[in-house]
Amino acid sequence: MSQTPYLLVKQARGSSRPTGLDYITNLFQGFLEFHGDRRYGDDPAVVGGVAWLGGSPVTVIAIEKGHTAKERSARNFGAPNPEGYRKALRLMKQAEKFGRPVICIIDTSGACCGIGAEERGQGQAIAENLMEMSTLCVPVISLLIGEGGSGGALALAVADRVWMLENAVYSVISPEGCASILWKDAAKAEEAAASLKLTAQDALGLGVVDRVLSEADLGRQPFYQRLRGMLRQELQILAADPDLVSKRYSRYRRMGTETLRG
Amino acid sequence: MAFINFLKPKNQLEEGGRTAAPVHEDAGEPEKTCPNCHKPIPLSRLWANHLVCPCGYHFRMNARQRLAFIADKDSFQELFPQLRGGDPLQFPGYTAKLETVRSVSGETEAVICGTAALDGQKCCLFVMDPYFMMGSMGTAVGEKITRLFEYAAERRLPVIGFTVSGGARMQEGLLSLMQMAKTSAAVKRHSDAGLLYIAVLTDPTTGGVTASFAMEADILLAEPGATIGFAGARVVEQTTKKALPKGFQSAEFVLSHGFVDSLIPREGQKQTLSEILRLHQGGTT
Repeated sequence: MSQTPYLLVKQARGSSRPTGLDYITNLFQGFLEFHGDRRYGDDPAVVGGVAWLGGSPVTVIAIEKGHTAKERSARNFGAPNPEGYRKALRLMKQAEKFGRPVICIIDTSGACCGIGAEERGQGQAIAENLMEMSTLCVPVISLLIGEGGSGGALALAVADRVWMLENAVYSVISPEGCASILWKDAAKAEEAAASLKLTAQDALGLGVVDRVLSEADLGRQPFYQRLRGMLRQELQILAADPDLVSKRYSRYRRMGTETLRG
Repeated sequence: MAFINFLKPKNQLEEGGRTAAPVHEDAGEPEKTCPNCHKPIPLSRLWANHLVCPCGYHFRMNARQRLAFIADKDSFQELFPQLRGGDPLQFPGYTAKLETVRSVSGETEAVICGTAALDGQKCCLFVMDPYFMMGSMGTAVGEKITRLFEYAAERRLPVIGFTVSGGARMQEGLLSLMQMAKTSAAVKRHSDAGLLYIAVLTDPTTGGVTASFAMEADILLAEPGATIGFAGARVVEQTTKKALPKGFQSAEFVLSHGFVDSLIPREGQKQTLSEILRLHQGGTT
């Protein structure tokens, strides 16, 4: 690998990589956005709706960070509130009802750390998604396209397949947070980033993701075309699988068991 | 999402609990100053009152103390006692840290699981330990919780769980994060089988444990004054640069926002849990 893990983290935070909406626009046709969680509000950090993938309708849910400063501010920097996770779950349940597969596109530094988020049950919202996604009866594919920040990312990543871009990162905590808690020194983020094993290759090695996607032509049509083909092919396989839900259970059931003793 | 206060020095209270030293009503008796009412309380009095100050402040309990307090005498049978995690990421200093915590605490991991009876009613029980890396969830904790829910589902038993956690254990990285999904899936299977799960959230229940099995119970109870939240209060304050509302993330705050069913002081706790079990056994007609 040519770049240090911490450099990858910084790049993943940058505004030059394609964001969730770029993927929605380029991978799918005829995206219809559906707003709101029917409980409290509409979270601009989570964009969801239905679209066509080739000839098939799919439900698409993306965390959107925005590119410009103005967009980023309007999208809360891609840090979802509880209503974002609840909107996502509402759309997933809708997908289940109508037999559509779900594609989640994830790019977040983490769930919003705000007063309102806590008041409205951020932990409960994430927990409910984890629980409900584990038995959703339609195929789910999650794509980690930039930052995969902890529980805020996982809340859209309980899936049959989790794919990760080669320069994306996925971590239980930010390197700065880890360094400041463990070593009382946020400046040791570089070391923390390496220790946390947060790169795509690490995540693949740990069995957390199933496939690392090449970033050749990232953000250009050949890239989207390639990814579209992979998604269509994989959804065909998943749609034909009668044991989808029990295999999803097994996928998470085995995680972390290799180094256990006793 | 992380544990805090790793291996903080044992305070007198915890020492007292472990040694169960005979306590005398003399002037030299060890005391503990209550962080709430700031009055000194003799340890003997605290112990007699299940570590609750006369003012109502609930001190933390280690997992064995809680088990002894909640389960019928001699009814607890531990499951998976030997299960322990390794150091999957080869994280700097983690193996040594684990060894120290294990030898100091006498526990192998941050949660104890088993079967127990409450007033004769059988259930599965898990109790997390604030003194084992602040109840943080790594691969072993996730596996033990998952196995307990699977065990309970197979035998059609209710689960009662006492949570206390700083969140996911960062030294096990992504594998800790994945335990949130794994435990949630096991809770869901148990739930879909029509079985009861009661969680008692104790101080503190935060991060990845709040955002997984702690919040997934059918009935959510909390000890008064417990800190319950997702993000740490300091992180919220630093991120928002706003003054936090009074009582932010306290059990009372969480109750008033509708995220727990009831507060459950230690006094009477067992009776309440036992009654909830009884209410779910169908009655006689």
